Amino acid sequence: MSAMWAASPSELLMRAATKAAGRQRSVVRRRFTLIIGLVMLAIAIAAAVLAPLLVSQSPTAIDVLHPLSPPLTSGHLLGTDQYGRDLLARILYAGRIDLAIAFGATSVTLVGGTMIGLVAGYVGGKVDSFLMRLVDLFFAFPFLVLIIAIIAMLGPSTFNLFIAIWITSWVSYARIMRAQTVVAKKQQYVLAARALGYSPVRVMFRHILPNTASTVIIFSMVDAVGNIILAASLGFLGLGVQPPTPEWGSMISDGQNYILTSWWLATLPGLAVVFVGVAFSLIGDGLADVLRAGDR
Amino acid sequence: MSALGTPLLTVRDLHTYLATVQGVVRAVDGVSFTVHEAEVLGIVGESGCGKTVTCRTIMGLMPARSVHTEGEVIYHPRGEGSLLGASEDVMRTVRGAHLAMIFQDPMTALNPVLNIGDQLIEAVRAHDRCSAAEARTRAISLLDRVGIPAASRRMRDYPFQFSGGMLQRALIAIALASSPRLLLADEPTTSLDVIIQDQILCLLLELQRDTGMSMILVSHDLAVISEMCDKIIVMYAGQVVEEGTAADVISAPRHPYTHALLEALPQAEQRGQLRNISGSPPSLINVPGGCRFAPRCQFATPECLNWETTLVAAGERDHAARCWRHQEIAEGQEAWQRSDSASA
Amino acid sequence: MNRFGMLPRRLLHTVIVLFGITLVTFFLLRLIPGDPALAILGSSYTHTRAVAIDNFLGLNKPIWTQYGQYMDRLFHGNLGFSFFYDESATVVIRQHIAPTVFLVIYSAVLAAIISMPIGFISGLRRGGAVDQSSRVFFTLSFAMPAFWLGIILILIFSVKLPVFPISGFGSGFVGHLYYLFLPALTISLGFSTVLVRSLRAATIATLQAEFIDTARMKGIRWRRVLWRHVFRNSVLAVVAVYGVNLAYLIGGTVLVENVFSLPGLGSLLVSSVSDRDYPVVQGVTLLFAVLIVLINLFTDLAQAALDPRVGQEIGT
Repeated sequence: MSAMWAASPSELLMRAATKAAGRQRSVVRRRFTLIIGLVMLAIAIAAAVLAPLLVSQSPTAIDVLHPLSPPLTSGHLLGTDQYGRDLLARILYAGRIDLAIAFGATSVTLVGGTMIGLVAGYVGGKVDSFLMRLVDLFFAFPFLVLIIAIIAMLGPSTFNLFIAIWITSWVSYARIMRAQTVVAKKQQYVLAARALGYSPVRVMFRHILPNTASTVIIFSMVDAVGNIILAASLGFLGLGVQPPTPEWGSMISDGQNYILTSWWLATLPGLAVVFVGVAFSLIGDGLADVLRAGDR
Repeated sequence: MSALGTPLLTVRDLHTYLATVQGVVRAVDGVSFTVHEAEVLGIVGESGCGKTVTCRTIMGLMPARSVHTEGEVIYHPRGEGSLLGASEDVMRTVRGAHLAMIFQDPMTALNPVLNIGDQLIEAVRAHDRCSAAEARTRAISLLDRVGIPAASRRMRDYPFQFSGGMLQRALIAIALASSPRLLLADEPTTSLDVIIQDQILCLLLELQRDTGMSMILVSHDLAVISEMCDKIIVMYAGQVVEEGTAADVISAPRHPYTHALLEALPQAEQRGQLRNISGSPPSLINVPGGCRFAPRCQFATPECLNWETTLVAAGERDHAARCWRHQEIAEGQEAWQRSDSASA
Repeated sequence: MNRFGMLPRRLLHTVIVLFGITLVTFFLLRLIPGDPALAILGSSYTHTRAVAIDNFLGLNKPIWTQYGQYMDRLFHGNLGFSFFYDESATVVIRQHIAPTVFLVIYSAVLAAIISMPIGFISGLRRGGAVDQSSRVFFTLSFAMPAFWLGIILILIFSVKLPVFPISGFGSGFVGHLYYLFLPALTISLGFSTVLVRSLRAATIATLQAEFIDTARMKGIRWRRVLWRHVFRNSVLAVVAVYGVNLAYLIGGTVLVENVFSLPGLGSLLVSSVSDRDYPVVQGVTLLFAVLIVLINLFTDLAQAALDPRVGQEIGT
């Protein structure tokens, strides 16, 4: 081994080293994004789960004596709505429903869609053809319109909202996973596994899936944001979670009527949506950078 | 045509450092050479030795953000000022009309959404305000010159409709469109199959002789270099380790690395294992002191690691090597040659 | 070389998809739990009308006959009868098309105007001011529900600073442009996030391609390299994304029409759900899907026009 560095024009080296250091800093910044996203999400979940401990008011307690109080009124940090219900309590309790939808709807479609895509891509042939035609068919419909139509037929309720999302959202995952599987099928490690006589199930789940999962997981973050916004949108239209259960979207819809006098009713629940949405986005971005070793 | 021996391009003490996440990569660490008029200079070395970066630095094609350069690149017809660090406007007048370059992989070296004709005409009109019709005519004759059949019809075709060899011919046509004085060819045949390789190299040699332009040919394949070049420089770990005329370097190498490269070439009558160079090149980030080839060198002694290397004159005619034991290597070479002919 | 060699195959595919769509919308009505006649008629339920509906839908006949009846009516432009409006559904729907189409086109154009320059510059000067600030801006706006963003815009630009009207469609072309500016902006901001990101990534990738070096090597102006080589290639990636996201754009019109009280298809869809006006729900869904299919076809054609490699591939 050498004992000393090769001598070089030191000023040149200094300047180049500074540039190199700058690039190292940007890698740290990317991990930062992921951490911030996770922290934000943790805060949101904690706030929703621990709601009873954080606010003493009930989200449904009507107080006709104090309707439409602005934020920072005594006893009501964020004010009250037209029925005198505390806004902060309603926002926190609504978080439970909206986060439940984000996780519940996304996880089922993630698992279901990935399975279908994996099988379609691996098996190929007629099965693949049929499933992908089905996927194409679903993609021909504007997402929200199809969900609204399904809810129209089944009747608006929280459960039917889940059903509608499950029926329509798996297609994105299926399409992504199928494309990944088709490519993975030709890779060395899969050919090797098959040559060793491993069963198709084993090849799919223990070989292909771990290597391709990163794309769908990153996508699921984007999807989670979409589902939260979807839940809020449907609530806004009166087609999602039904009253009296508090939900961010329906709160915004109600608040719209009072936009001229009591701006906080429509604005603040929206900030909650944005907060959670940004959290998922940052996690998605951070994961993308960390898992794919970023761009140079 | 100017007389042979007039310097065309002089590279003096060139350093190119790249700022990366892992640290500073000293891709080119003090390289100097001169290319003369109508001369073919070969640069040979392993992947990562700095030959491509050297060419790109000369052309000014290294990304400005993360790259740092020092030294001089003097293009004599334009005066004695260095092109290194010149403004983009200045470089633009030099590129194409004076210096041109062809790259390693022809499949990615052309814009996929424009047809060959448009891209060639673009090159023709880059330095000449001729009419569209005239440019088209010149383009067709260029394609013809590089051996593309049915040239006028193929003008309308897109890159994906061409084979690798055809694409490389088209790229040569583009490079020559504005009649440059110096062509830099960076591994032009590496991604082509052997028969096409031969054709392309013949084409390049032919064009070089016809136009009297100079050429820098970069390759890791010593066989290719020895066939085509007048002078050779051998690079290792960002430095020039040997330079001289092709005849001198090939027949009487003075640096252990060159020697090893020659040994590694498969011979026709050879039996048994191919000889290769064990080990791998040193890191360009934490560059070791002393001779960089010492760890892999069969002639190395402990002093080699402490010797701050310089190019030492070896033999005749500007032959030089970065080794203080070059004389012994030369004598050793003679001894082997004598024993070879004795046993023949 | 025929750029559009894949056109016949593609058209065939489109027709198949259109048939598939009719299947889905057909089955939509069958999703209703319980008695469809009761659901459809609601308060105007009489036995005679119920029997008429049963016959109309062919509920006592085999499913293929029902589908046949449905398709037959479709070909004659009959989307069913709206009991709520007491009119042919087709008529009701036709009255609501204009605002939605205007809004969709307006948003699509606005999104392109906003995102192309920003995406391109972000890719060219990575880490620069435009890149950093637009990233922050678009991450935020992406997480904002379209309807909430619309409300905020109304709050700022209609209530606090009376620049734009709060609702309505306006009259005349310029009137439409004025009234629909805030709604179109709302939709296009959500849309632009993806476009900017996509163009940025494509620009960065293209800049590293070898053919850019070949172009520079020729000694042509950097501006020309940027436009003819970098942009012409980066934009390809965006066209594909543009088409795909148009589907979400359509979804956005439903919400935005609601927020801004625009009398378009989206508002009609929502109101018919609460009005239990099933035939109209079905008809609007079908229409939206047909719109999407046409947009996708158009996107594929645009891609073939811009990229000579695409049109050669068989199928989609």
